[in-house]
Amino acid sequence: MSDNTAIANGAQTEAHHEHPPYQRHHFETVGQQFDATNFAMWLFLLTEIMFFGGLFTAYLIMRNWYYQPFVDASHQLQIFWGTANTVVLIASSFTMAMSVWSAEMRRRKSLLIYLCLTLVFGLTFLGIKGIEWHEKWEKHHIPGAHYSVQSFVNPQSDPEVYKEYKDAPLSPDAAQKTEEYFFLYFAMTGMHALHMVIGIGILVFMIFRAKVGAYTTGHVTFVENFGLYWHFVDIVWIYLFALLYLISRH
Amino acid sequence: MSEQHVQEQHEQEHHIVSPVTYMIIFGALLVGTALTVLASYFDLGEWHIAPGLTLFWNPVVALAIATTKMMLVVLFFMHVKYSPRLTKLTVAAGFIMFLVLVGMTLTDYFTRAWGRW
Repeated sequence: MSDNTAIANGAQTEAHHEHPPYQRHHFETVGQQFDATNFAMWLFLLTEIMFFGGLFTAYLIMRNWYYQPFVDASHQLQIFWGTANTVVLIASSFTMAMSVWSAEMRRRKSLLIYLCLTLVFGLTFLGIKGIEWHEKWEKHHIPGAHYSVQSFVNPQSDPEVYKEYKDAPLSPDAAQKTEEYFFLYFAMTGMHALHMVIGIGILVFMIFRAKVGAYTTGHVTFVENFGLYWHFVDIVWIYLFALLYLISRH
Repeated sequence: MSEQHVQEQHEQEHHIVSPVTYMIIFGALLVGTALTVLASYFDLGEWHIAPGLTLFWNPVVALAIATTKMMLVVLFFMHVKYSPRLTKLTVAAGFIMFLVLVGMTLTDYFTRAWGRW
């Protein structure tokens, strides 16, 4: 008996299990497949926690070293926009959770609606971030050759911020340290926004796939795992909002 | 023995979280956001633990609220509450590892000039 016949016979004797088309052959059950991919997604998210954790740690150390410059620099952020963006992102997390529910219930139409809402909220978030970044550009608060310490050595030259916080002028030396705040601000919100952009790209892909009914056959793994990513990005923002916008008001 | 079997069965079926739960969590997250913004408008004071060592309450409150919101998202939106024990263990291990790394780095940096300020 040649090897080929042996394999063929083996395949015949071991009858082919009935299973849904999306179950890979190396998994015993759909449940096992779901748990394994879910577990892998969590491992990826843990590496993401470590990645953002490095940025957060740098921020905490720098803030401790250059406390006053960091406090004064963070007064440049507008709590209104920060709060608006937090609400927008939490809403997008909610619609994403509802997308997962729609996929689980095999409701194609509601899945499409919730995915599109998530996309709209995601784009709104980036739009608001754009408004905030543009303001920093106009005030020369982007670290680099054109950085200006004007708002910090002479706070009264920046009347809108001054009338709210009445910050005392910083010495030129200390004022220079505000650049480090904005460096970390752009590094952290920039990396966060990059994650949003990637998420939005995947969302667009998912909307096209959902339209042809790819996720409403009982195979919810992709939607579920993308949901994990989206919620993770939401969590990072919850902390960014607290650390960058809120804790330095007093 | 049979109890373990029931647990395994429970872990195998896919739990579907209801929209009502999602809405409650969504509401709680919005309340948390309102609270943390509100708290930032008040000076919550400070606690002088020792000379040169002061704890400001504003950041503590802001981080406590942020952590509560994070827990709600992780447990309900990310379904960890309904996940197999392996997932729960993995997530917990990840957070503890994160805290250890950040904590040890901070104790190093914050104590380099201890008593010399």
